[in-house]
Amino acid sequence: MNVIVCLKQVPGTTEVKIDPNTNTLIRQGIKAIVNPFDSYALEEGVRLKEKHGGKVTAISMGPPQAADMLKDAISVGADEAVLLSDMAFAGSDTLATAAALGKAVEKIKNYDLIICGRQTIDGDTGQVGPELAENLGIPFIAYVSKIEEIGNGKIRVQRAVEDGHETIEASLPAVITVAKEINVPRMPSLRGLSKSKSAQIPTWTANDIDAPKETIGQAGSGTWVVKVFYPQRIQHAEMLKGEPEVQAKALIEKLKEAKMI
Amino acid sequence: MEYFLTEQQKTLKSLAHRIAEERILPVRAELDEKEQFPKEILKELADSDLFRIFIPEKYDGLGGGTLDLCLVVEELSRVCSAVAVSFAATALGAYAIILYGSEEQKQKYLPQIASGKIAAFGLTESNAGSDASGIQTTAVKTPEGYILNGTKQFITNGGEADIYTIVALTDKTKGPRGASAFIVEKDAPGFTFGKKEKKIGIRASATRELVFRNCLVPAENLISREGMGFIVTMKVLDNSRPGISAQALGIAQGAMEAAVGYTSQRIQFGQPLISLPVVQYKLAEMALQVEAARALVYAVAKTIDSGVKSFTEESAMAKVFASDVAMKVTVDAVQVCGGAGYMRDYPLEKMMRDAKITQIYEGSNEVLHNAIAIELRKRKGKRE
Repeated sequence: MNVIVCLKQVPGTTEVKIDPNTNTLIRQGIKAIVNPFDSYALEEGVRLKEKHGGKVTAISMGPPQAADMLKDAISVGADEAVLLSDMAFAGSDTLATAAALGKAVEKIKNYDLIICGRQTIDGDTGQVGPELAENLGIPFIAYVSKIEEIGNGKIRVQRAVEDGHETIEASLPAVITVAKEINVPRMPSLRGLSKSKSAQIPTWTANDIDAPKETIGQAGSGTWVVKVFYPQRIQHAEMLKGEPEVQAKALIEKLKEAKMI
Repeated sequence: MEYFLTEQQKTLKSLAHRIAEERILPVRAELDEKEQFPKEILKELADSDLFRIFIPEKYDGLGGGTLDLCLVVEELSRVCSAVAVSFAATALGAYAIILYGSEEQKQKYLPQIASGKIAAFGLTESNAGSDASGIQTTAVKTPEGYILNGTKQFITNGGEADIYTIVALTDKTKGPRGASAFIVEKDAPGFTFGKKEKKIGIRASATRELVFRNCLVPAENLISREGMGFIVTMKVLDNSRPGISAQALGIAQGAMEAAVGYTSQRIQFGQPLISLPVVQYKLAEMALQVEAARALVYAVAKTIDSGVKSFTEESAMAKVFASDVAMKVTVDAVQVCGGAGYMRDYPLEKMMRDAKITQIYEGSNEVLHNAIAIELRKRKGKRE
């Protein structure tokens, strides 16, 4: 069972600040972490390997410092890791990201399953997983909360939907995205940490994966960020006066005026 | 303070720190309240290879020394010393095999412990504790093996451990020289567990009676040879005692941090408590005691790791000093935090309860003062 896990490095904060001139995230002074949903994906990949044999390859597209995150992936059980890093990838939206990842997966070859987190906590789109499956022409299942069975060219999973659970079967190879219910990611081990320290993380450029220029980076992106802005915060309060009955009547009038009741 | 830790030591210290913060901190109050043994956390420690650090490399361990063990115990204890002692007691149970076990015993048991089997050490009885010569449990040799009879009490990890090293008399007429050490597996016929003790502190740890009624132990489970039990015991405790010093150190560190945290936030007389000279003095006193204890514990651990043959005195000093620091610092920490320090919603009362045992077990501080004094007299004798 050879598994590829896609990881993304994201800012480790909930207070994202945006540079108003460039419309990009201000990353200075913010520690980068692995996207939490991706750590569930990695854990699930490692568990599959432990149960069925094979290997886990972690891949990420990002700046050179994302190699540190891939080393962390090795400390918790990934066997190999590859970083896609090239100025040609800069400005990629989800479409261009999925195109690059797809080419990298084709280069890795021999895989049975690709696991991604259900979404990232910075972009929040949840699109890269399905787009990747589309590019590779293989089945896709989102929001997986349990892998029931895998083997003999098939995977059967559970996923949470609004009013219950669905059980879905697909042929392999396939792409799944996982929800946090699927597992509790492990802590690194000392032997894993020692392995990760000496691990070499190869960096692949656009040329290395034969990615056509028009499919990656800004050129390959179907969307552009035109403007990023903070929502305007308007604080306005009107205090009602008088006895409770009077206040209640006034409130009803106000709500009617605002067409809220 | 710079303690010149190796890269590996820094790595295992930070890993233990992370596990303590992320996995132990959220559940420590509940484990304490329910007196619940931290089985899952110990499994997590084992999965992270922390059980391997005190096992030689040849037996699937990482061959770490005393300082490695101390660093991990300190970090765990900083958050919860009940978890820390459950971990450290496995090292205690393993030491007899590491130090005196036969090649076959090592090959059979050490890889199991390295991968997460819990161990325990059984010495104390109702009439034997600090005075190890009062042991009454007997082991009689028969053609089938040794037959053990007797009851051990206050055994850390009792009932939870899979592998026990037990000290019993093979020759009642010889006193301590008639004692021998055995490896007893949890499912040995005739081996059962008595009552689980209710304690002031380290409540999540298991402390239980071990009951041997015609318990058959294979002859090959005798550690070293008959009559070596007392020497094995003394050497095991010399080796394990720094772990208890580290436990005490961790408690003191945790209490100091909690006290600094609370007094920085709590406003009284229009200013944070930490601005008051009387509080500052107490906090500074804590800091210097904690650092002095750390310097001594690490120095003793490094002394042992350097390969010296005898370190009874050093080992005793570190344990006595660090445990007294833990008691004093936790009492003072509760005091500076006032009512909040006394409440179970805050961690300090637990730390104060937990600290007390470190002055008592693995050689009470009184008996260890005695051991230090004996060494002083020996040295004086040599000089004359």
